[in-house]
Parts: sequence; C-alpha cells; structure tokens
Amino acid sequence: MLLGRVVGTLVPCVIYEGLEGVPMLIVQPLDKAGEPDGRTLVAADATRMAGPGEFVYYEGGREAALALERTFVPVDHAIIGIVDAFHREEP
Amino acid sequence: MIIGTVTGEIHSTIGHPFYAGKKMLLVEREDGAGQRTGTYVIAVDTVDAGVGDRVLINEEGGGAREVVRSADAPVRSLIVGIVDDVQAGG
Repeated sequence: MLLGRVVGTLVPCVIYEGLEGVPMLIVQPLDKAGEPDGRTLVAADATRMAGPGEFVYYEGGREAALALERTFVPVDHAIIGIVDAFHREEP
Repeated sequence: MIIGTVTGEIHSTIGHPFYAGKKMLLVEREDGAGQRTGTYVIAVDTVDAGVGDRVLINEEGGGAREVVRSADAPVRSLIVGIVDDVQAGG
C-alpha cells in the first residue's frame, strides 16, 4: 500500500456493472515523507468515508477490487483506509 | 520478496475490516547493494518488527492471503522476516 491525499471526486454517468454507487476519488500519491509524488489517479473508495483533503492509504492491482463489496470488478486502485496518525523517523 | 528498513508506522481507525488491529509499518526499500532506493511500501507486520529493523517483505497477494488464511483479504505486502545479515555479490 502507499500513502495518498484525496484531491477531488469523480462522478461517472455510466459505470460498469458492479461499480454502481462506489465512490471514485482523485488521489495524489505521496512519497515516504508525505509529499506529493507523481501523477494523480482515480481510486474506488472502499471505506466510503474518505473525501477531499483526507490522508489515506491505497492499494493497487488485484487487491484493490478485493477491498470492495463486490470483488470481481474492474478496479485497479482502491482506498483501503484513512490515516489517523503517521510517524516516521529519518534514518 | 524484497528487503527494506522500517522507518515509520501508520495508525488508522477507519479502514477495511481486515486491517482492524493490524500493525502497519512504513518500509523503505533497498536495492541489491543495500542502498535505499527512496521508494517505500506500507506493509502489515507478522513478525513483531519495529522502527529501525531491516525486514523481508512478501509483495505478492496470493502468498500474503495464504499467510493470513483468507481468500479475499485485500492484502499484498507483508513483513515476513527480520533480517540479520545479507551476503551478496561475492
């Protein structure tokens, strides 16, 4: 999993069967220090509770769909949870 | 599997039920020469690792779900060992 910041929402007008009602959020990936790193992506929100500004962790690949209620759906990134606290020690 | 060093931890109360009560650690990856690559992964700890430990990470979903004995857990990265020593390139 990686850290990300929710920076927006996406509302589809047509979506593949099984993904109806699943929130789609725009996520900015973050590096190990919590700084923006790379291009934004669209992730399904498995928590259904994240929103813009939230600090989250997300997973890519097959495991992304496994986090959703319906697990055999075409999703490649999903928000798994919301970060409450993050501690890092500079080596 | 990959080798890395634990440099942080993540706490979360809202998340997928699989992660409830699991210890999630931030692990910085290292390359074949033991140098940090600058990239990281958040992995679930199964061996009681902590900040500063050099660890072995399984980064494949099938194996990870085998370890946690679940067919549908959304998990891929697991800390499965603490490294004492690595000898390479000899």
